[in-house]
Amino acid sequence: MPEQLVFAMEVFLNGLMAGVLYALVALGFVLIYKASGIFNYAQGVMALFSAMTLVGIMEGQVPFSHLINAMLGTHVHHFGWHLPAVLGILLTMVVMVGLAWLVQVVIFRHLVNQEPIILFMATIGLAYFMEGFGDLMWGAEIKKLDVGLPQGINLWIDETTFNIFDYGFFIDNLDIVATIIAALLVGVLVAFSQYTKQGRAMRAVADDHQAALSVGVSLSFIWVMVWSVAGFVALVAGIMWGTKSGVQFSLSLIALKALPVLMLGGFTSIPGAIVGGLIIGVGEKLFEFAIGPIIGGATENWFAYVLALVFLVFRPQGLFGDKIIERV
Amino acid sequence: MFYREAGDFKTSYQDDNQTFPIKFDRYRYYFMLFVAFAIIPFMINDYWVNAVFLPFLIYAIAAIGLNILTGYCGQVSLGTGGFMAVGAYAVYKLMTMFPEVSVLIHIVLAGVITAGVGVLFGLPSLRIKGFYLAVATLAAQFFLVWLFNRVPWFYNYSASGQISAPERTFLGEPITGPATEAWAAYLVCLVFVTLSAIVARNLTRGSLGRKWMAIRDMDIAAEIIGVNPLGAKLSAFAISSFFVGLSGALFFAVYLGAVEVGEVFGINKSFLVLFMIIIGGLGSIFGSFAGAAFLVLLPVFLKNVLVGGLGWPTDLAAHLEFMIVGGLIIVFLIAEPHGLAQLWRVTKEKLRLWPFPH
Repeated sequence: MPEQLVFAMEVFLNGLMAGVLYALVALGFVLIYKASGIFNYAQGVMALFSAMTLVGIMEGQVPFSHLINAMLGTHVHHFGWHLPAVLGILLTMVVMVGLAWLVQVVIFRHLVNQEPIILFMATIGLAYFMEGFGDLMWGAEIKKLDVGLPQGINLWIDETTFNIFDYGFFIDNLDIVATIIAALLVGVLVAFSQYTKQGRAMRAVADDHQAALSVGVSLSFIWVMVWSVAGFVALVAGIMWGTKSGVQFSLSLIALKALPVLMLGGFTSIPGAIVGGLIIGVGEKLFEFAIGPIIGGATENWFAYVLALVFLVFRPQGLFGDKIIERV
Repeated sequence: MFYREAGDFKTSYQDDNQTFPIKFDRYRYYFMLFVAFAIIPFMINDYWVNAVFLPFLIYAIAAIGLNILTGYCGQVSLGTGGFMAVGAYAVYKLMTMFPEVSVLIHIVLAGVITAGVGVLFGLPSLRIKGFYLAVATLAAQFFLVWLFNRVPWFYNYSASGQISAPERTFLGEPITGPATEAWAAYLVCLVFVTLSAIVARNLTRGSLGRKWMAIRDMDIAAEIIGVNPLGAKLSAFAISSFFVGLSGALFFAVYLGAVEVGEVFGINKSFLVLFMIIIGGLGSIFGSFAGAAFLVLLPVFLKNVLVGGLGWPTDLAAHLEFMIVGGLIIVFLIAEPHGLAQLWRVTKEKLRLWPFPH
């Protein structure tokens, strides 16, 4: 088999893995958008915030230690305990649910019936606020997150492919785990929305707010629940990306990567988020591999957007989105 | 008492259509122009110009530009930083290619070039709407920054990948480059701001502005009553990008002097300008100024109080600034979606009735 083709295959596989992670972030967007019509720009910052909180809780950091030290002249920084990962994740989940409730009560309850674009801008404000808040609470330095996920090259794949192609593929164990977890997460979410009472209520709200309200579904409960679920998805994404490249500011930028995924897949479709993620992941890796060296490299920064832009011109609602019908 | 239409007799259509129909407003406007042109240049030093006045004036132009697109025509754009970069690189290329032409002409031409690029990226707006479009403008943001970073022709193959403004003079006085006096830079920006505001104000209250607002309020309805959406949207993109490019050119040539595109014209710049028009007031020229002033002064104020006054570390002040800006955006969207400009309008309405409100 020609060497270039083998390389391309490796790039393709890595693209698929990256695409799964994009899809994971995009999933959080779709959930909130379907249930409340809010396009939540803060999803990426939620991932960052949850990862920071997880590290902070596991390491026993004192929240706001910088602020306390600056105001009182003390030198507190750690409580001096280390929690196991499971407990840390549970506590972080409690924080994310609290956050969901706060966001609902403080912000979006007051913005009911506003235009979507106003809600969108409010979430940009929320993103800025949480970014500053997270840094203030846990400090802005790059943190290492280790919840015990396997990392490094997968030797089995390396050996098997070496025997077949004379060239070992480099596939990170973490990516494989992320793929499995993402698949599980999607399965759980689908099961949740299809077979549980709350899931049905959620779908009812997504279909029609007023109709759902009139048959006795509590909108505010559903919205808090959806934001909590989105917080959970953000936590999973935050753990994956945080383990991969450290918990740092650039984590919040994955939200920006998820946007073209959504545009491609359609804002309202869970399968769309996954297919879109895979297309973007594979597309940008292959483009960088094939065309990148010719035009100067680092095309991953914009390829996804331009692809989505060109695509949207031909199909404005995305691959799986509901058809946009407008009336005067 | 003094803020009245009464007694101010308009005897021609021209009088009736003027920008400031109330006499007090008119004199206040002339007075502010007088202060800005004739008094401030003699009183400022380098710190005030570089920390407050230049950023304020330049962001005001960018905010006017974005306000035309977002506030008047209803097309949310997150690509402002990218378009500012187009202005900056256009003026750089023009300055180095045609050194004998006046730099002021270059700055205007940079705006024209940016307008062309803006139309190009505005074309999808005919098919896609709302935040689909907002995300699409992100494509412009990332693609343009990448382009200026990676294609050496744009930065004249300089080793550092930066661009730096060569010295150019106007009437014998340097206005770009390191030898520029503070007052000269201030005056150049002030002239551009004043002209931009006048042009923008008159465009937005003319037939073009009414078309934009019709599109903003509901584009299908506008189309039915005979507004051409193609012309209205693309002209909004072109004129908005012209102002944004102008501000980018000034930002690079007059204010910073040397620019690394990823740092200066990144996505954060796009959000900053968007926040300016949300806080200042969507669909208001005055709001563009108010928002720019607010978001330029806020960090300066926080830095002076927290770092200078209380002795906190700078990174804490930076985090607090993020929180305050984000919080303010939310507060404004909830409490006063029309921003500072609306507060100003309410004040004026109260003033007209004062001191007999019934």
